[in-house]
Amino acid sequence: MSGPLLEVANLGKRFGGFVALDGINLSVARGERVGLIGPNGSGKSTLVNCICGTLANDSGTVSLDGELIDRLETHQRTRRGIARSFQLPRPFASLTVAENLRVPLLYSVNARPGSKLSAAELDARGADLLDLVGLAGKAAHHPRDLTQVEMRKLELARAMAAEPRLLIADESMAGLSQVEVADIVALLIRLNERGVTIIMIEHIMRAVMRFSQRLVVLVSGAKIADGAPDEVIRDHAVERAYLGQ
Amino acid sequence: MHSRVFFLTCVACAAGVFGGALLVGNDYVFFAGYVVLQFIVLAQAWNILGGYTGYVNFGSAAFFALGAYTTVFFHKLYPLPIPLLMLLGGAVSGLAGLAMGYLALRLRGAFFAIATLALAVVLQTLVVNWSYVGGARGAYVIRPESVWLIGSYVHYLFLLMLALAVLAITTARTIERSRLGFGFATIRDDELAAEASGVPTLRLKLVATAVSGAFMGMTGAPFPYYIGYVQPASAFGLDYAVNSIAMPMIGGTTTWIGPLVGAILVASLQQWASVTFSSELGLLVVGLLLVGFVIVAPSGIVGLARKYLPAAARVGRKPKPTDAR
Repeated sequence: MSGPLLEVANLGKRFGGFVALDGINLSVARGERVGLIGPNGSGKSTLVNCICGTLANDSGTVSLDGELIDRLETHQRTRRGIARSFQLPRPFASLTVAENLRVPLLYSVNARPGSKLSAAELDARGADLLDLVGLAGKAAHHPRDLTQVEMRKLELARAMAAEPRLLIADESMAGLSQVEVADIVALLIRLNERGVTIIMIEHIMRAVMRFSQRLVVLVSGAKIADGAPDEVIRDHAVERAYLGQ
Repeated sequence: MHSRVFFLTCVACAAGVFGGALLVGNDYVFFAGYVVLQFIVLAQAWNILGGYTGYVNFGSAAFFALGAYTTVFFHKLYPLPIPLLMLLGGAVSGLAGLAMGYLALRLRGAFFAIATLALAVVLQTLVVNWSYVGGARGAYVIRPESVWLIGSYVHYLFLLMLALAVLAITTARTIERSRLGFGFATIRDDELAAEASGVPTLRLKLVATAVSGAFMGMTGAPFPYYIGYVQPASAFGLDYAVNSIAMPMIGGTTTWIGPLVGAILVASLQQWASVTFSSELGLLVVGLLLVGFVIVAPSGIVGLARKYLPAAARVGRKPKPTDAR
């Protein structure tokens, strides 16, 4: 299909009297790396939650590859190709690292029409991902044994195990050192090179600028800028939002 | 161990238990044994929802009573053989579990637990006001003296509960090692992450409530024949709700072995306390054990064994689920 992979049109979400998202329009092309930034409370996580199905939007539509998905459950959207990592890692604590990856492989990849991976194939795909994120040596460990950066990598690997077309990385680098941030950015770029479209939500601007091909800025639930990163950060509206008048 | 081999091993153990009880030659063994077996099934049933998915059900007595009152209803309408009544009781309670799931599974934690408790209160009130099944005054169900082939009716009831226990244990173990059990574990660990990984959490939770409710209903169905007189206070008794929770918690909730060990230990202790001291002491024993285990060993006897006995760590270890759908 030739249209955009993700199309968000006039998306609105309210929490009581508070307008969290006010008519957001966003179009993401296949293979694109998009950075989504904005001050705290600007609606970034709400937008991600509406795209992934964790929250139901009040108005507007979300389409993936031309198919309207905004009335689907979260797991159905995952099976159609949207995966996310969480701001605070949420591993399955009773499962090992390898088993954590096996969950989306079984429930998402194997639930797709025509897909029926054998046990050996499931193991191989899990091992490949663990290798890619540098956790091959920790496969048999439980998440409690992992460091903060390893936990973030597990979060990304588990999202990738669903074999998504669109990956949304929600603040995957919060609390990490500079070296670790560079490590995660490199990892995200490697994932993108595998053909995965990525939306990255982040506050660490060095990482955002290095990663993004396009930058989208939200402020108070509205999109105020959308374009090439170098131009967007010089935009007066963006400067005002971050630095004040 | 392959499921079929495990099932045959359970059948062999059950045959050994029945043979042993016959050798003792005292009917009290069958009366007391029936209660222990009943709690083995209730504990396994509770654990399928409470242990595997982490949704605590305080309404076990309601599902048990639904099974019992299904028997009372058909006893008056058109008496049927007990195995058929067990299936009917299981169907009624399974449907009730499914309905409860639809109504309450969007609630989590303490709110879900309170909703299940409310269900028990609502159902008890309905039964109290339904005169056809005896209402508040209760209903008598006179059991026959004997049954063809087996002889004593008490032996027959014991045998039925033994068969149900084998079925419940095998089902719990099969679920635990399947793709379904894997999905249940992700719900217990983190429901939001499970859904984001493609796990259809609501559907899985409905399966858990229906299977759990069905087993509880099947356990309740022979109860009127066992006790002879059913009243709401006995069928909806607090001891069913408390024991169903306490036994898996004491034994360990993440595997089928826990509820089995917990039920055998606690129900046997209760029987001993009831005969030696008083029946009221039975519930006190459960309470004390539960408090003790929650403080000292929150993962139950199985957790303790796995911690201190390396050989025990391998028993009941789950293989990776590999089925594709």
